[in-house]
Amino acid sequence: MAQTTTKNAQIDADDIMISMKGVNKWFGSFHVLRDINLTVYKGERIVICGPSGSGKSTLIRCLNRLEEHQAGDITVQGITLNNDLKNIDEIRREVGMVFQHFNLFPHLSILENCTLAPIWVRRMPKAKAEEIAMHYLERVKIPEQALKYPGQLSGGQQQRVAIARALCMEPKLMLFDEPTSALDPEMIKEVLDTMVGLAEDGMSMICVTHEMGFARKVANRVIFMDEGQIIEEKDPESFFNNPENDRTKLFLSQILDH
Amino acid sequence: MLPPPATEAGITGWLWHNIFESMADFHSPLAAMRSLFMILFSLVLVYVFGTQIYGLLDFAIFSAVFSDPDGVKREACWTVQQGGSLPDGWHAACWPFVVAKQKFALFGPFPSEELWRVYLALVAGAAGLAWVMIERLPFRRQAGFLMLTVYPLATFILLTGGNIEVAMTRVAIWFVFGLALISVGRLGNAGRLGTVVNEFAGSFAGVGWLVVAFSTVAAIAAFDFNLEPVDTGDWGGLLITLVVAVTGIVASLPLGIILALGRRSDMPVISVLCTIFIEFWRGVPLITVLFMASVMLPLFLPAGVNFDNLLRALIGVMLFSAAYMAEVVRGGLQAIDKGQYEGADAVGLSYWQKMRLIILPQALTHVIPGIVNTFIGLFKDTTLVSIVGIFDLLGAGQSAIADAAWSTPVQAITMYLYVGIIFFVFCFGMSRYSIYMENKLSKSRRH
Repeated sequence: MAQTTTKNAQIDADDIMISMKGVNKWFGSFHVLRDINLTVYKGERIVICGPSGSGKSTLIRCLNRLEEHQAGDITVQGITLNNDLKNIDEIRREVGMVFQHFNLFPHLSILENCTLAPIWVRRMPKAKAEEIAMHYLERVKIPEQALKYPGQLSGGQQQRVAIARALCMEPKLMLFDEPTSALDPEMIKEVLDTMVGLAEDGMSMICVTHEMGFARKVANRVIFMDEGQIIEEKDPESFFNNPENDRTKLFLSQILDH
Repeated sequence: MLPPPATEAGITGWLWHNIFESMADFHSPLAAMRSLFMILFSLVLVYVFGTQIYGLLDFAIFSAVFSDPDGVKREACWTVQQGGSLPDGWHAACWPFVVAKQKFALFGPFPSEELWRVYLALVAGAAGLAWVMIERLPFRRQAGFLMLTVYPLATFILLTGGNIEVAMTRVAIWFVFGLALISVGRLGNAGRLGTVVNEFAGSFAGVGWLVVAFSTVAAIAAFDFNLEPVDTGDWGGLLITLVVAVTGIVASLPLGIILALGRRSDMPVISVLCTIFIEFWRGVPLITVLFMASVMLPLFLPAGVNFDNLLRALIGVMLFSAAYMAEVVRGGLQAIDKGQYEGADAVGLSYWQKMRLIILPQALTHVIPGIVNTFIGLFKDTTLVSIVGIFDLLGAGQSAIADAAWSTPVQAITMYLYVGIIFFVFCFGMSRYSIYMENKLSKSRRH
C-alpha cells in the first residue's frame, strides 16, 4: 500500500478503479501471474498485449473472479476481492465483460440476453430493463435484431450484442478479453468502432487485444506482458515508437511488419 | 422458371426417390444385379410384413368375437369341437372377455360405487395435462402450478378418502412454528435482529414457508370430507400403473436435477454424497428395491410402525428413477460450454439463477430424448410392482385370465393384446410429444 500512495499522492483515492498489489497466480504448478502490480484510474483506457500464454487473459479474468488469485491483493472500486461471495457479486455488478467467443445465451432472444441480468441481478422492472436494453442495442446499432436469437446473427453482430449486454448493467468498468480474435476480418471493424465509441464516452476499459491500431487510437496506457509479468507499461506513443525492452521490440516487430 | 422434372416433385417424386430409384439401374451387369436384389428384397419384406400385419388385424378385428348377446361367457368363444358354435380352427380375439373384465383390469378391486372418484381424478388430470401441453391456451404457467400442487393433494383425497390420522393439535403447533420462522425471517431481513440473523434471514423464511405448506397439506389431508375410505390394497390395474408411473415421473425429474447438480458441485461432501446415492440406486435391480421396500423394511422398523405398502413401493420407484434421471441430466450439463457459465458469472447471476436461467434450460433441451426414454422405461417398469403384491395393469390382467368362467384357448392372448395396446398408447404418446418438443425448441433456437 505504501508505494502506491506515495507514487500517486496527488490523486484522490476515490479515483482509483482497480489496484492490484503483488498478485500471483498458479495453474497447478504453472506460475501464470508473477507479482503483478497495477493501478487503474477512473476513465482510463488500458490495452494489454503480449504473446499467447503470457497471462494477459488470466489477469483480467482475475479482476471479476472468473479466476482466483492465490497471493496478493486486488481491490476493485474500493471492494476487496476475496472469497466473500457478497464482494464478488458486488464487483461483478459493476464490471462488465466481453469475451472472445461472445458467450451469448443461445436459448434467449437478443433482447432477453440484454434484460436478464438487470431484471434478476438489479431487480429492475421488466419494462425499464427493456427500455435500457433497446437504448444500448441502438447504441451498438442493431436494435432491429432485438427479437432474433444469437444463432441468427453474424459474429460481429453477436459481439456487439455482447457489448450491449454488458452495458445494460451500466458498469463502471468494461473488460474486453480478445473481443475481435474470433471474428472474420471484415467484421472486426464494426466491433472496434463500437469500442472506440465507448472509449470516447469516457468508459473505463481494460482490453486484451492485438489490434494495435485500436491501442494507438484510444489507449491511455499500453501494457506489455510476457511469462506472467508486466514487462513494459507506457503511453501508446512511446510504446510503439521507442520500446525499451528487447522482448517488446521483438513482439512489436512480429506483429507490425507482416 | 421451369417446372421440376416428374422425378423431383409430388407423389411421383416421392415414390421415385424412396422406392424405385434404387431398383431401376440396369446400365451395367453389377448395377442390374443390385437392382434385382433390391426388387426381390423389397418383395420379401412386403410379403413378410403384409402377412404379419394381416394376421394381427385378422386376430384382433376380422375374425374376432365382439359380443356375447346371450351371456354365455366362455361358450361365446368356443369352437364347435370345444362345444360352442364357432367353426373349427377358429383362433381370434375374444373381446367380450375383456369387456367383462374391463373394470377389474382398469381399477382392480376398487369399490364400484366409489369409482366416480377415480373418474373425476383421471378426467381432471387429463384436462390439466392437456392445458399445460397445448400452447395456445392462456395461463399455462398457472395451470402447471396447480397441477403440481393442488392436483396431487386433491387426487390423494379423492382416491384414499382423505381423513388421515394426524393429531390436529400437532399440525396446529407446526403451523404456528412455521409462521414464527417466517416472521423471524422478515424481521431479520429488516435488520432488526442483528447481523447473524440477517445473514440467514432467507433460510429462516424459506424453512418457515415449507413448514407452513406441509402443515397446511397435512391439515387438508386430515380433514373429513365425508368420503368412504378406500384402502390402497383395493387399488389396482391401470390406476396403479398411472399412480406409480406419474409419481415416479413427476418426482424423478426435480430429484434427478438436484442430484446431477450435486454430483457436479465444487463442494466435495455434496458431490461424494450425491455420487454414492446415484451409484447405489443404479447398482441394484428395481426388483430388489421393491422387495427390500415391502418385505425387508418392515423387519427393520420398530414393531407397530407400519406404513402403506404402495407408499413404500412408490418411494422405491421414485428414488430408483431419480438416480437414472440424474445421469441423463448430468450428460446434458456436460454438453454446456464453459463460456455459458462464465457469461452468466460475469453479469453477476448467483449460482441458482445461473443454473435455472442459463444452464438447465439448455442442458435439459439437449437431453429431451434421454429424459423421455427414462420416462418410458419407468412407465413400463411399473409392471414390476406386481412382484410385491400390488396389482398393476399387467398383474390385474393376469389375475383376470385365471377366471374359469371365461376359460378359452384365446383368453390369455386377448388380455395380453389389450394390455399391450394400452401400454403402447401411453408410451407412443410420450414419444411423439418428445419429438414435437424437440422440433419446437430447435426451430425457435436455431444455433
